[in-house]
Amino acid sequence: MFKRKNYFALGAVVLVTLAIFSLPPLAASRLKLVVGSLFLPLFGLANAAQQASVSAADAILPRRELLKKVGSLEQENQQLKILQLQSSEIARENDQLRAQIGRQKQTPWKLKLARVVLRDPANWWRTAQIDLGSRNGLTANLPILSPEGFLIGRVSSVDQFKSQIILIGDPNCRVSARVENPTHDIGVLGAGGPLDDSLVGLSYLSSGANLKSGQSVVTSGEGGIFPAGIPIGQIVDAQQVDFGLYTEARVKLDANLGALEEVWVLFP
Amino acid sequence: MNVFNTILVLAAAFLAVFGETVFSAPRHLFGAQIDLLPALMIYAALNTNVVSVSILAVAGGLWFDALSANPPGVTILPLFAISFPICVQREFILRELPFAQLFLGALASAVVPVLTILILLSDGNEPLIGWGSLWQWIVMTAGGALATPVIFALFDWCNHALGYQPLTETSFRPDREIHRDKNVK
Repeated sequence: MFKRKNYFALGAVVLVTLAIFSLPPLAASRLKLVVGSLFLPLFGLANAAQQASVSAADAILPRRELLKKVGSLEQENQQLKILQLQSSEIARENDQLRAQIGRQKQTPWKLKLARVVLRDPANWWRTAQIDLGSRNGLTANLPILSPEGFLIGRVSSVDQFKSQIILIGDPNCRVSARVENPTHDIGVLGAGGPLDDSLVGLSYLSSGANLKSGQSVVTSGEGGIFPAGIPIGQIVDAQQVDFGLYTEARVKLDANLGALEEVWVLFP
Repeated sequence: MNVFNTILVLAAAFLAVFGETVFSAPRHLFGAQIDLLPALMIYAALNTNVVSVSILAVAGGLWFDALSANPPGVTILPLFAISFPICVQREFILRELPFAQLFLGALASAVVPVLTILILLSDGNEPLIGWGSLWQWIVMTAGGALATPVIFALFDWCNHALGYQPLTETSFRPDREIHRDKNVK
């Protein structure tokens, strides 16, 4: 019943697994890269199929509908131009004031649009991959924003053609966040629940934190990865933990992590 | 069992892993992604040989880990651990019965994620687990159980349609035919 061939198979699989486990981190990530690149033709096919369906939908859209859309976009563009004039004036004034008090000049954000090509197949991670890689200038730890400008995560690893991003709520994505309240309480945004990806925990807030439901949460700028002021979400509720040493809150994310198709990569 | 069957199972595993990353419908509907690799391992364990099972465990595990945030190689052992004993003991399993396929699919789909998480935790990783994971585990188990008989039926159909079917030979031999004649006494 238990033939010699079975022993060989068992030994070979165990040996292969141990060999992979004992690889140094760089070699392990290279192995993942090589194996993952086998799927590139399939991703190319899926992308082409999606683009074909989009162009087919565009082709059957009536001309009247398109003209209406162009009109509304032109109107929106004019409004945005006026807003940009106003904000550049505010930025200039802000730079002058910062110079007067001896603070560093703020640099404007540079953004690059990326498409989400896949979601993590495992239920115990909250990661995704985007179609921009090192050839597009991406490096690890760049912040990722939703199309509406809300923080959704950071770049975790980069290869030539694609990058892996860790979304907020994954235990490996921690963000220093500030609550927009009079005391400007700062905490650490950590893991969420496995089922609901719209709620995450905000921990290590001071015991006297003055938290109310609906208060906005933004990045604090501490930690060196995320610039300050990126909107994250809103406080849902809060409670004291560790015998009143800290306050912990639940934050409802502004971005919908379940329906990500395109994201912004933020370059400092 | 033939090489065609092994290639077919490997191709199915490759497409299954790709499909799990692209189609998020189960995640939106039930809150968990259904993993088809354990069900494919059951098919391989009952219909191919131990070499094919080993190749599928290594390749399937590596493909899955390459597209997820798992460290490489984490999924290999759980896939092999569930399929190897079944492959060795398959003479005692009524593999043609859909109920047996359903039960084995449920067992594999329940055991593989638990073993994977145990390996991840013992390796110092911090996977996202909580009370909600219990629901995800139930969804994965039920999804894998239902997928297993479907996979068996699909592979049977593929084997009939594309695989080599040996001709059934009759035991009749014309040179040894006895001709009865009324002249024969």
